[in-house]
Amino acid sequence: MSRSYDRALTVFSPDGHLFQVEYAAEAVRKGTCAVGVRGKDVVVLGVEKKSVLQLQDPRTVRKVVMLDDHVCLAFAGLTADGRVLIDKARIECQSHRLTVEDPVSIEYITRHIAGIQQRYTQSGGVRPFGISTLIVGFDPQGAQPKLYMTEPSGIYSAWKANAIGRSSKTVREFLEKNHKDDMSRDETIKLTIKSLLEVVQTGAKNIEISVMEGFNKISSLDLAQIEAIVAEIEREKEQEAERKRTRLAATAASQAAMSAAASGPEVPPPEA
Amino acid sequence: MAECSFGLVGKGYVLIASDTSASRSIVKMKENEDKIKGLGPNLMMAYGGEPGDTIQFAEYVERNLRLYHIRHNHTLRPASAAAWIRRSLADSLRSRHPYSVNLILGGYDHTSSMPNLYWIDYLGTMVEVPFAAHGYGAYFALATLDRFHDPEATLEEGLETLKRCINEVEKRLIISLGKFMVKIIDRNGMREVEL
Repeated sequence: MSRSYDRALTVFSPDGHLFQVEYAAEAVRKGTCAVGVRGKDVVVLGVEKKSVLQLQDPRTVRKVVMLDDHVCLAFAGLTADGRVLIDKARIECQSHRLTVEDPVSIEYITRHIAGIQQRYTQSGGVRPFGISTLIVGFDPQGAQPKLYMTEPSGIYSAWKANAIGRSSKTVREFLEKNHKDDMSRDETIKLTIKSLLEVVQTGAKNIEISVMEGFNKISSLDLAQIEAIVAEIEREKEQEAERKRTRLAATAASQAAMSAAASGPEVPPPEA
Repeated sequence: MAECSFGLVGKGYVLIASDTSASRSIVKMKENEDKIKGLGPNLMMAYGGEPGDTIQFAEYVERNLRLYHIRHNHTLRPASAAAWIRRSLADSLRSRHPYSVNLILGGYDHTSSMPNLYWIDYLGTMVEVPFAAHGYGAYFALATLDRFHDPEATLEEGLETLKRCINEVEKRLIISLGKFMVKIIDRNGMREVEL
């Protein structure tokens, strides 16, 4: 009975798959998109915001949260699972401060979160967390921005830029093409928004951007700022298209001229 | 017990003063110990009692209030924080290893725009008071505070009253407690002030 492999517990199927974990990854792929990009001394999180209903209070819907003064997390997948995991992480941040009098390092809290996620793939009576997370921040004694990702399976990894959630593959490929090392603050924000625009058709009002510039320094862009950057990106895209058109026209013209010159002698001279 | 802390409320501020000695038995180990802990942007706590217990409990409170702040995106109001701290001490008292810690808690409530001061002891007693004292200082200074405290006092006048209390302790108490540290919380947050 193949059905019994994807019921109740996470158990191996004969071909070595953990179906529950793979379904969790599927839940992530259905979640809204989140992007993280690391610059020279800044790290930016961008998320796709679902449009709130007319009568809903938008402040109560959060996809980017603080874990501690210097750690920020965005997730994609089941929001309710996210809340539980975030709460566990926040407790660990304070508990770590209490025991060693130091804030957590970004890798430490990432490993802790990934550890919890892994535990839920191997314990009885539980199901895996249906979320992937992007964790960004600055280490207590470091100026280097950090970006990590965790997955439902409990895998964690460090990145220069990455995306999770809906159409994350498209966004990741876009980032692979366009990411440069040592980007400035503005370049990093712009790349984040640009990559999100690949999958967010509705533009600025469905994008949320958080910028982290150092230990304890975090800010989020308001709608007007995002709109300005989106407009700038649109303008650049138009200019690029315009250049392409003129270049195409130019090559077409030169080709026509060349073919005209080549076929020139065959044209009978005008009757004088 | 050879420790002493005061607190008083003035117009739009609350002051807390604490001695700065760390002692063991009859020996003074240190004379610049900060025994007033900030518990967020608008709350502070002077602690005294069994050494070790004091720091353990103060840090426990600090981290839990910070966790509350991060979880809910706003801090606990002083009254709620005081209630939580009192409850922690009351629970601790009924456990196998109770904390032996006395506290003076001062805060500024941005919702009501009022300063608050709470006197809390290791038995889980809590009262909101216009002025407070713990330790031997209470024996000498409460009368002074009764006479001179004014809830409408300016900062200068408040500091003057506090100075009277500390002078009284220095004059009458057989042991010298050394320097005092004074901290203030008002609508602008917490800072240390020179006496």
